[in-house]
Amino acid sequence: MLELLIGAALLALVVIFVTAPLRRARQSGPIVDPEIADLEARKEAKYREIRDAQLDHAVGKLSDDDFRRQDAELRREAIEILKRLDRLQGRSP
Amino acid sequence: MDPARKRQIRLGVALGVAVLLAAALVYTSFSASTEAREPSQLLSANPGKTYELTGKVVPGSIERSGDELRFRVADRDGSRSLPVSYRGAVPDPFRDGREIILTGELSEAGTFVGERDTLITKCPSKFTEEAEEDPEHVVIDE
Amino acid sequence: MIELGSAALTLAFLTALYAIVAALIGRDGDRRWIESSRRAVYALCMLLTLCVVVIEIAFAGDDFSFNIVQQHSSIETPTFYKFTAMWSSQEGSLLLWAWVLSIAASAALFATRAKLREIVPYATAVMMGVAAFFVGLMLFAKNVNPFAGLDPAPADGVGLNPLLQHPSMMVHPPMLYSGYVAFTIPFAFAVGALITRRLDAAWIRSTRRFALIAWAFLGIGLLLGARWSYTELGWGGYWAWDPVENAALMPWLMGTAFLHSIMVQEKRGMLKVWNVSLIVATFSLALLGTFLVRSGVLQSIHAFGDSTVGPYILALIGVVLIGSVVLISSRLDDLRSERRMDSLASREAVFMVNNLLLIGLCAVIFWGTFFPLISELFTGDRASLAAPWFDRYTTPLAIVLVLFTGIGPLLAWRRVSWRSARRIFIWPAAIAALAALLLALTTDAASNPWALALFAFGAFALTGLAQEFWRGGAARQAVSGGSMAVAMVAVAARNRRRYGGYIVHAGIAVLLIGIAASSSFQTNRDVSLRPGQSTVVNDYRITYERPTASVNDRAFTFGAVLDVKKDGERFALLNPTRRYFRPTGTPTPTVRSFFAGESTSEVGLKAGFKSDFWTAVQTDISGIERRARMADERFREVMAVLAQRVQRDPAQAPAAARFARDVLDRTAGRVAELYSSQAPAATFRVIVNPLVSWMWIGALIALIGALIAIWPSAEARRRRVTSLYGARLGRELSRA
Repeated sequence: MLELLIGAALLALVVIFVTAPLRRARQSGPIVDPEIADLEARKEAKYREIRDAQLDHAVGKLSDDDFRRQDAELRREAIEILKRLDRLQGRSP
Repeated sequence: MDPARKRQIRLGVALGVAVLLAAALVYTSFSASTEAREPSQLLSANPGKTYELTGKVVPGSIERSGDELRFRVADRDGSRSLPVSYRGAVPDPFRDGREIILTGELSEAGTFVGERDTLITKCPSKFTEEAEEDPEHVVIDE
Repeated sequence: MIELGSAALTLAFLTALYAIVAALIGRDGDRRWIESSRRAVYALCMLLTLCVVVIEIAFAGDDFSFNIVQQHSSIETPTFYKFTAMWSSQEGSLLLWAWVLSIAASAALFATRAKLREIVPYATAVMMGVAAFFVGLMLFAKNVNPFAGLDPAPADGVGLNPLLQHPSMMVHPPMLYSGYVAFTIPFAFAVGALITRRLDAAWIRSTRRFALIAWAFLGIGLLLGARWSYTELGWGGYWAWDPVENAALMPWLMGTAFLHSIMVQEKRGMLKVWNVSLIVATFSLALLGTFLVRSGVLQSIHAFGDSTVGPYILALIGVVLIGSVVLISSRLDDLRSERRMDSLASREAVFMVNNLLLIGLCAVIFWGTFFPLISELFTGDRASLAAPWFDRYTTPLAIVLVLFTGIGPLLAWRRVSWRSARRIFIWPAAIAALAALLLALTTDAASNPWALALFAFGAFALTGLAQEFWRGGAARQAVSGGSMAVAMVAVAARNRRRYGGYIVHAGIAVLLIGIAASSSFQTNRDVSLRPGQSTVVNDYRITYERPTASVNDRAFTFGAVLDVKKDGERFALLNPTRRYFRPTGTPTPTVRSFFAGESTSEVGLKAGFKSDFWTAVQTDISGIERRARMADERFREVMAVLAQRVQRDPAQAPAAARFARDVLDRTAGRVAELYSSQAPAATFRVIVNPLVSWMWIGALIALIGALIAIWPSAEARRRRVTSLYGARLGRELSRA
């Protein structure tokens, strides 16, 4: 008898907890578009690459010329990402 | 050489080296390995060849004289047993009835002589054993 | 209580199944179903926590109506170890697996509740699939239900093997399992990413963190296992290439490879197929490790043969592998490289070499571990490979690995400018050569060329890493002034991934130096001494001062006091002992029974930075055993008389029992004294291990580095300003 009561109580608790979201009305809250999330992540990664290159240059692993070239390339790539990001977020440059 | 060709060559070299190393590994492992044998299989074995003996320690057979440990090892199903002589580190779980693994050779006299420090004792599956009940033991209940 | 646990476990199974269904229903974007499935994972975690709590309460309270408690604990077992006994059992360790998985899954889903929208449903389904598997095993496979009951409840339990009664045992299995389990998370997210074709930057960022955490836990588990072996067991070693040890090392090596190659994917969009394959392999190896411990397939110290669960885990591994291969092959188009590598003189190239070395190392270990099965397949005989073979083939790979551990940090991404970078290699190379020369001249390091090479490469790596900190600090100092120390800390804090990684590399280099020194230049001697005798090992004079003997109701402890002098001065006073435990759980109070149970070695250890002095004793108890037998016969006579008296007058029972125990205690005490007075010769194993402490220190340094790398940096504030992209980029960069 006791087992049944305990089992039922646990079951009820779990069911209430787990189905709570289902009882709300279907909402379309702010959905993060996976494309945007991806571009944000890429942007951060690209920023890190630029900073890494700056550090590499500062400690002498990259010559001034090589650094200038790499930095320009990386910044170009970063700007591409920012452009795509803005386009997706419906913003004009 | 154009970069694509360079890449292909690099890949080819890397694969070639990997294959060679793998072949070396396979070849040496077969010659460096020792065959596992239970006592009954060893009775018909060649003396002078190194084997890995596996089996159970026969209860009551453990003797120590100086730094030499002597005991008998039987098949897991308890059929045949073999005398063993061993010198070296003895693992903590070693006792009657435990399963052991020992690398060594069969001597002319029919004793399995273990190589130094190669005795491995398996942790028992049931972590402790029940002590044998003493039939003459008297219990006083409180 | 059993009913509560049983109910919770059954409900957990249903909840896991529900989570799978809800996640899959919500995969098209209905956030209610996704939230519901996430809540189900939280609920699973709570239910399994309840199960664990119920079992631990049962252990603590000596509730022997629980089969698991009766089989693995007893009234006499010390309280601390009653709590760890749960995972010394088959069913307890399955529960541990499932519980840790539910915690990890809950944490992962909480962390990604606003991210990776498309992937999360599938990841949830995979994680819950594995969870349902383990919970299902407990419910439906034979003899592995932690809530199996005994009716009527016995009065006492069988007890816990004294070998397992060590503080490390509290932490080693949970840590190891946490490492294994934690690799489920990146695996699940990889499957999700493959299914949704979203193997992108967002996925990389999350997966990297999951994998790093799992790697750290597994590393701690390995470290604790080695430490336990060294300080607890009587052989003085920390690694035996035992199949179960290898089974934990292989996923760790694969995980290390993954952590490097994922960075290449992040920067160049390459190696996508390679990386997902690595994750699948790592997870499969983790499952394999779980399988090996619980099956008799390979001869191992750890293999507790009688398991009903082995074949099921093997089936799971099969499903994982086949499913992953099918999934990856179907997505090959999406996994094409975006770019190529620019040059071989770049970090990316070194990372790929590192991957090849690690995979090679893993392959060698895999081959050696499973060789008995492979040889049986081809020759019909089971042949096994022992530690020397492993040492021979892993050593060269490990040495080259140390070299690249040093080269990688010195290079730049994409392409290094040789003219300027040449300078960076000068100091490390010079110090390495100098170190090699000094060692060859002042020590006998040259007698072992492999070790000498490793020391030289290790010096190279450590110098290079120190140089990186120095140069980074100098660069920072040039910009913001201040002291060098502050600048170094600042640049490291600002670039946590890079400098955390450097610290890990330093730790690993130190670890490998410690391993090389302690295995190649170890002194290992067995000496037999009578009390008063002494002997000389290296420059230590060891005197067996006197024997020690004591007894309590759990064990006899026989040992020796060793006086160790170095250069005439007292170096250490050690007391290695052997303990003989009475088998617990049975009412057989005889003195002789102590010698029929387990025995453990208590090691005498004096650790130091230059070397460790380790000793264990093998006591000769043959004289004692004879006396114990005689004492027991006398005791039996006394007991017979007492029993007669109690029969005539039952009221005397408690007093009689107390008297009996008294006699037993005194007899045992006298037997112990006998050992001290007889003072037979004892055999001591003495090991002098150079630099072994650096192994533990190196591991700790590596873990600290991992922690630094995992620690999230402050979120950059992004302000949207309408301006030219270039200027905006400049502004944002300065704030990032």
